[in-house]
Amino acid sequence: MNTNTRSSTGIGARVPRLELQRLLSGRGRYIDDIKLPRMLHVCFVRSPHPHARIVSINVEPAKQARGVEAVLTAADINPRCEPFVGVALHRPGHRSAPQLLLASERAVWQGQPVVAVIADSLAEAEDAAELVAIEWAPLPVVGDQMQAIAPGTPAIHPELDDNVAFDFSLERGEPAKAFAEADYVIEEEFRFERQMAMTLETRGLIADFNPGDGSLTVIHAHQSPFQMQDVFSRHLKIPEHKVRVIAPDIGGGFGMKLNLYVDEMAAVVASMVLGRPVKFCVDRLESFVSDAQARDHRIKARIAFMKSGEIVAMEMDDIAAVGAYGMPMRFNVAEGMMAITITGAPYSFENYKARTRSIYVNKNLIGMYRGVGMPLACIATELLTDLAADKLGIDTVEFKRRTYRPKSSLPCITPGGQRLETVSFHECLEKLVELIDYDALRKEQRKLREKDVFRGLGIATFCEQTAYGPPYYGPSGAPISTQDGCNLRLEPSGSVRCVTSLTDQGQGTLTGIAQIVADTIGVSIEQVGVIGGDSSISPYGGGAWASRGMAIGGEAALRAGTMLKHNILALAGTITQTPPEALDIIDGQVVNTRTGQPVISLADVGRIGYFRQDTLPPDHDVQLSVSASFVGNDKMYYMANGVQASYVEVDCETGFIKVLGQWAVDDCGRVINPLLVDGQVRGGIVQGIGAVLYEECIYSDDANLLNGTMADYLVPMADEMPDIVVAHVETPEASTKLGAKGIGEAGLIGAMGSVWVAVNDALKPFGARVRHQPFTPERVLDALARARSGRR
Amino acid sequence: MLFDSTLSLKHNVQIMKARNFRYIRPDSLQHAYRILEENGGDAVPIAGGQSLLAGLNMRLSAPKLLVDIGGLKELAGQSQRDGTIRLGALTRHGELLQSDLVRKQLPLLAQAAAHIGHVAIRNRGTLGGSLAYADPAAELPACSVALRATLVLGSAAGEREVKAEDFFKGLFETDLRPGELIVAVKFPAPQANTTAGFAELARRRGDFALVGLAAMVSARRDRIEGARLVYFGCVDRAKVAASVSVAVSGLAMPVLDTAAFEREIRQDLTPDDTPGLRAETKLHMATVLTRRVLNSLVMQAAS
Amino acid sequence: MTDLVGHEDVDIEATLNGKPLKRRVKARQHLADFLRQELELTGTHLGCEHGICGACTVLIDGRSVRSCLTLAAQISGKSVDTIEGLSQSGRLADLQKAFIERNAAQCGFCSSGMLLTAYELVSTGEAASRAEIREYLSGNMCRCTGYHAIIDAVEAVIAARTAGARQS
Repeated sequence: MNTNTRSSTGIGARVPRLELQRLLSGRGRYIDDIKLPRMLHVCFVRSPHPHARIVSINVEPAKQARGVEAVLTAADINPRCEPFVGVALHRPGHRSAPQLLLASERAVWQGQPVVAVIADSLAEAEDAAELVAIEWAPLPVVGDQMQAIAPGTPAIHPELDDNVAFDFSLERGEPAKAFAEADYVIEEEFRFERQMAMTLETRGLIADFNPGDGSLTVIHAHQSPFQMQDVFSRHLKIPEHKVRVIAPDIGGGFGMKLNLYVDEMAAVVASMVLGRPVKFCVDRLESFVSDAQARDHRIKARIAFMKSGEIVAMEMDDIAAVGAYGMPMRFNVAEGMMAITITGAPYSFENYKARTRSIYVNKNLIGMYRGVGMPLACIATELLTDLAADKLGIDTVEFKRRTYRPKSSLPCITPGGQRLETVSFHECLEKLVELIDYDALRKEQRKLREKDVFRGLGIATFCEQTAYGPPYYGPSGAPISTQDGCNLRLEPSGSVRCVTSLTDQGQGTLTGIAQIVADTIGVSIEQVGVIGGDSSISPYGGGAWASRGMAIGGEAALRAGTMLKHNILALAGTITQTPPEALDIIDGQVVNTRTGQPVISLADVGRIGYFRQDTLPPDHDVQLSVSASFVGNDKMYYMANGVQASYVEVDCETGFIKVLGQWAVDDCGRVINPLLVDGQVRGGIVQGIGAVLYEECIYSDDANLLNGTMADYLVPMADEMPDIVVAHVETPEASTKLGAKGIGEAGLIGAMGSVWVAVNDALKPFGARVRHQPFTPERVLDALARARSGRR
Repeated sequence: MLFDSTLSLKHNVQIMKARNFRYIRPDSLQHAYRILEENGGDAVPIAGGQSLLAGLNMRLSAPKLLVDIGGLKELAGQSQRDGTIRLGALTRHGELLQSDLVRKQLPLLAQAAAHIGHVAIRNRGTLGGSLAYADPAAELPACSVALRATLVLGSAAGEREVKAEDFFKGLFETDLRPGELIVAVKFPAPQANTTAGFAELARRRGDFALVGLAAMVSARRDRIEGARLVYFGCVDRAKVAASVSVAVSGLAMPVLDTAAFEREIRQDLTPDDTPGLRAETKLHMATVLTRRVLNSLVMQAAS
Repeated sequence: MTDLVGHEDVDIEATLNGKPLKRRVKARQHLADFLRQELELTGTHLGCEHGICGACTVLIDGRSVRSCLTLAAQISGKSVDTIEGLSQSGRLADLQKAFIERNAAQCGFCSSGMLLTAYELVSTGEAASRAEIREYLSGNMCRCTGYHAIIDAVEAVIAARTAGARQS
């Protein structure tokens, strides 16, 4: 790293994103903006029933409709694709039925695709889809996880004989003894309804199978083009070098566009069947019944502690409804596993017991979504510790000071199995306390209570696993690469072209990469061009997910930059007959470090390196294109952390909640660009507030979705959201040169925790507790009514 | 309630492109009447289209012909004569917020308009469209009843006038006859001692209300003399909550105890359970809202 | 003879981004699809097609409008401005600069609608508090930024414009 020349655009600088002028002028290119010659459009006929047998399908009238090219059913599509089995090999006992692309005999969730209608325009495809007649015989529905595991409930997939996908327990120390001998035990139940990622741009792809050479190009709004290259090759039996996946501009991902979807695969198969490009863009209503959903957990948790203030044990019991199949590649055990393994991580205690079960129900699949199970762990931990502090009569901040794992205990493995190395709980907390003027807020809160104004202050500490490494995904059997790579080329004019394996759904990753490359080589950011998201041209890599882009892809860029700089200086040394060790690159000039004088410009290095090799010694090996990849071979993940605070007001007559203020102190390791990091934190926070207060897929008991429009599924909008103050503690990751950990999910995790605690803090004068997310006015009023009637 | 979102899921296909239809832009109001008469139930008028087009995109309705009345001068304009304020059917929600006439004479409408959707919706949506659509959760039908408005309805057969409280017949149902359009709405200028009160409980700014209340209240010396309370979001249509209106009359302000009208709220309002909100909760919210609106009038009077 | 039945294809004459536009459009095509598919003005985005998300916001006669809730046929006789036109003419330049400086866009999918709604607000020339800006933009969903940076950017432009107005 070129620390002596740190510029206004280098690592750590607030550099505005290079892509924004284009995106803000309407010149982005998203999937639905792209047209290919002879392109067709596909629309799916889906099951209106959560569980039903297909008696008959009549596609003849649809085939005759205007503009229709083909109407394809399971018989046409399914044989061309190897079925998906969403099972993680490293999770013994995890199981799923194979998932086919189109429903053939029966449908097991409302929205499962049944027939693909392909036409010249989407409107015509929809016209024809309305003409497809399917006769259904409804079957008994398994609506939720409690029903699913009740004795006598039939298995959704008879070959599995019950609805349990996965059942995992862990125990450390002697939890039973600790609970029995504790001075106090507090137990809570938590319920998290299903929610959506709700990217503003829906899912989509254009599949272009070329029968001329048997190649497949897919322009795909996906976070991991390499994952999809593998999937298309493997499941459609196309040699991998003939598959190219390109991610164009993407209108938000949040993990949802990392999953694997049968409708997307079916659209690709349609292109193979027809030998023409096929566009599939999910429309908004369709997204409600086809996007991977998230959460849907019921958790019981306990904490045992002593009068001395010591926590002696915790316990978690999680039951998650994961939909009708295991999510291919990304599985459906992650939320539960994260929830139980990360619970309690910031706090000192030794005894722990936990269980998670993933349960099949007749609903859409659960998949990856920002935060995965980490917010559930944060919420359970922080609500229980806040209540424990109350019970002890200790201020919640003071309780945290006393019970956080001390720095001296690091590195350590928590009872849940988390490896903590460079976390900074105490520093983050102290910075937050100062930032929010904690004592003044508490004073205001007390004063207002006398006037029947009920405000709550919630503080939440969290751990965020970032940048999973090969020990995490490797044993699962899923071909998910946790490395990333970077190609760099000095152009003859002296500027630098960079191709990264990362994708960018708005995080600004490409700008961050440009900063690292510029800083490492010693040029200004204007001299660096970055592209990403094309599986055919960059080194192999993972893409953008799990808060990993800057940590892994950034490290690869740093290493590539170091290599290119070395090669440039070697060439410059030869040209100028100076030892390379005496040279450095500053502001695009090769400089003699002893004299401080420029000796040659990069433009001249490039010109000679590409066009006048004849002037060099015959044995000088010119390498002005370099490639580097990076992965932390032994790293399960990096561990970021932080603390957030929410200040809320609850209208106890109407149950309405207003978030008055939100603060975050985050430690994501080295901050490459605070502008980008703050954006990730604030965006995550608003999704977190949305999750706790607004967002819910409301289902009837028999698994029919009741609020499948954006008028009824409430996403947080500007008017309801607070200003958000963000501050940082920087504890670099020790195992990389760059030191970045990751930031994508921190905002959401911490905000969900702090809003949960804050709302319940506001309700303390009533002895009421709300534990069912989202906290709708009705659930708040119900909590107050329970408290009034003496129930909790 | 913008539309019944479960409808689209009950279909096999989730659709966002409208079915085919014809379109016509009449030159005059008489032309529009003739078109409507000629095409009967196949024709649907469109003005702002802010509810209609969402439904068309989802194929929840399938008219054969859209008659664009948005450019008809006969339906536009605002005037005041002999104690009556006349607002053309094409008066946009945004104009209710901006118009000096409305803000001065019919502050209830201006207060309500601020809660209708968002600026882009208010720039297009019209008074006539909102009344004709008769969404039970919409603000303007309730306000028109509270303000004792009269709707001027026109057709090829001529014009007739219907009181707002007789116009709303049920869920999305009105007194409009085939071939008829709302031409204008006439509001009597409110009496000097009556005050407008308006509030709604919506999860987000611009959302349809869980419960809302449009009120015209007359008070003297901190006592409510008379009230005309119209709730929305928890009844099938805009109508006066007669028992509650009577029960609050005579109450001293500020109203501290809701016991005086809780029973009447249950009598007048008959909400259904909706996803995520039980009828019982709506009734509780209506009670709280009533007290708050009445007490806000004291504050208004004081200031 | 007076037309009483209408047509599936409708002739329109309008002004688009300052230039005259004469086209025959499908009656059923909403303005957003017309702009995107027929004119290839893909800067106007579709996020929900039922009037909630605001991604498709354009200006008609200077006022913000949902182009998914407006038929292409309805723009006849009117003036339509899209992100492309307003960018090219430089009328959005100060807002775009403020958005870029504060990272008030991430994926960019909401940005066209957000900018056009903000443009309508700043064009009033009136001061607005953060709360008022939040309310004005409350019909435009952004899933990425958390809104804070957007409010910062619009606030800065309003401050600069009103200061400029005072000076001149």
